[in-house]
Amino acid sequence: MTTIFGVALPVLTGQFLIGLINGSFYALLSLGLAVIFGLLRIVNFAHGAFYMLGAFAAWMLLNYAGIGYWGALFLAPLVVAVVGMVIERTMLRALYGLDHLYGLLFTFGLALLLEGGFRHYFGTSGQPYAAPEALRGATNIGFMVLPNYRGWVVLASLVVCLGTWAIIEKTKIGAYLRAATENSTLVQAFGVNVPVLLTLTYGFGCALAGVAGVLAAPLFQVSPLMGSNLIIIVFAVVVIGGMGSILGAIVTGYMLGIVEGLCKVFYPEAANIVVFVIMAIVLLLRPAGLFGKDS
Amino acid sequence: MSATHADTIVMPTRKSPVPAITFAGLILILAILPAFVYPIFVMKLLCFVLFAAAFNLLLGYTGLLSFGHAAFFGGAAYVTAHALKVWQVTPELAIIAGVVTSIVLGLIIGVVAIRRQGIYFAMITLAMAQMFYFFCLQAPFTNGEDGIQGFSRGNLFGIIDLNETMNLYYFIAAVSVLSLALIWRIVNSPFGQILRAIRENEPRTISLGYSAQRFKLAAFVMSAGLTGLAGALKALLFQFATLADVAWQMSGEVILMTLIGGIGTMAGPVVGAGILVGMQNFLATSGLPVTMVLGGTFMICVLLFRRGVVGEFLHLLERRKG
Repeated sequence: MTTIFGVALPVLTGQFLIGLINGSFYALLSLGLAVIFGLLRIVNFAHGAFYMLGAFAAWMLLNYAGIGYWGALFLAPLVVAVVGMVIERTMLRALYGLDHLYGLLFTFGLALLLEGGFRHYFGTSGQPYAAPEALRGATNIGFMVLPNYRGWVVLASLVVCLGTWAIIEKTKIGAYLRAATENSTLVQAFGVNVPVLLTLTYGFGCALAGVAGVLAAPLFQVSPLMGSNLIIIVFAVVVIGGMGSILGAIVTGYMLGIVEGLCKVFYPEAANIVVFVIMAIVLLLRPAGLFGKDS
Repeated sequence: MSATHADTIVMPTRKSPVPAITFAGLILILAILPAFVYPIFVMKLLCFVLFAAAFNLLLGYTGLLSFGHAAFFGGAAYVTAHALKVWQVTPELAIIAGVVTSIVLGLIIGVVAIRRQGIYFAMITLAMAQMFYFFCLQAPFTNGEDGIQGFSRGNLFGIIDLNETMNLYYFIAAVSVLSLALIWRIVNSPFGQILRAIRENEPRTISLGYSAQRFKLAAFVMSAGLTGLAGALKALLFQFATLADVAWQMSGEVILMTLIGGIGTMAGPVVGAGILVGMQNFLATSGLPVTMVLGGTFMICVLLFRRGVVGEFLHLLERRKG
């Protein structure tokens, strides 16, 4: 059997794949955080809760409305986006002029409210959610056997991430968004409705978390606490990447997922903390983060 | 968090009798309180008052929002419990071991975290504390999910039996009052004044020749040490230390206590801890989802009462004065 550094190749590629999948979620979530932070200057602590909400929306659509995976993939993020936009319109908006820390504290409370609520009504044990018919089974791709659904998750998250990047960098609405990030007063003076832009941006960021939630539903169980531990790792990812850059958030997300996966092969005891250790090292060497511009 | 409480800063130019009277009143209340209230409840309250006051030293007076104070609280609780159970030392030595642990942790986390400001500071402290959580989850001495439990409190200085509830009560009350006095002293010292200057305008403080980084680190370590003391007392009181003490929810709770009470006020953490511990006791028996209520309270506080109970009260007094 082929070995690399004394580790069997299937083990290595298997963990690499797991890392890539975790990285897909890190990338999707940190991308949403970066988009929201860029314009609203709010660190969305509720991002993990919106991810959980996306998974639960898919589960509820299946069990209460009979809508399957493919429908949920479009509807669930929409539900999450609407919830996010309502919250932005009614409450979050009041905090824009204040210290950024209040936004963090408010969304922290929101995360507790959502997770506490779901835990109260659904319990802590996870709900199973089956992968769609078309993506079951596995394909042998020569050097390893790839479960189809996992391959789909990596592909889908890549498409969503690159699509988001293209929208922000290459379209008119993306140009508005980038301009408003630089100087929202001036953009408003040019006749762009900035308050609506803020609401849509928050909704879009939340929808990205919702997409991640639907993608995660067949992989992990749908549980109220699925987002709360993930969000802390994603925060570390965001600190490592620096929140200034969209592409930076995506690249750092995938990179750290893979590093974490490989760490499970070579030094499993540290796999849980490797992201945090990298964060500390990056902060000591490059406080602004790998892709950060701000000081 | 600067603009909202700038008006609450009062630097006494001459010795004011108010603090002395307040502390005398506090001691009097604590002396007679066990006659009316279940002493264990008062002791639990005191641990959280100290926790919130230590946290407020950092948030209220230095302007740094730490989301990782559970690491100091729980870390000290673990070491104190371990020292009592395995090393079998006297309780005062166990507490000192716990406090030293949290000071060392505070130094490590502080050195990394003060490299960034504002929300980054919050996220970094959260991540570092989560790292410590995973360490506690895996380290053999913490017994994983079970935690450390089933140990005797031992004899204070080898003579006073702390398994007697009232002995423990007076010990915890004395330590809490002394620590609160220490926090008051720190806040109202030249050192505390520099901390506030950093909170209000860091670049200007630096331009005046103060090394803001060193002052921030010092404040962070002091806050961590006092938080550790609260955690050590809590472990001594309940005779257990578990993962719940180091989990991020604990960091959230102490933020909420300080926020409800009033950020940057001396009495705020006392009031806030009282409200939150009382609320949790009530909710525990009511069947309502605790986390959900806490989250809702958080949102309402941030939206409507950013000054907190004590802050709003002071604000009202000031408005009355004109």
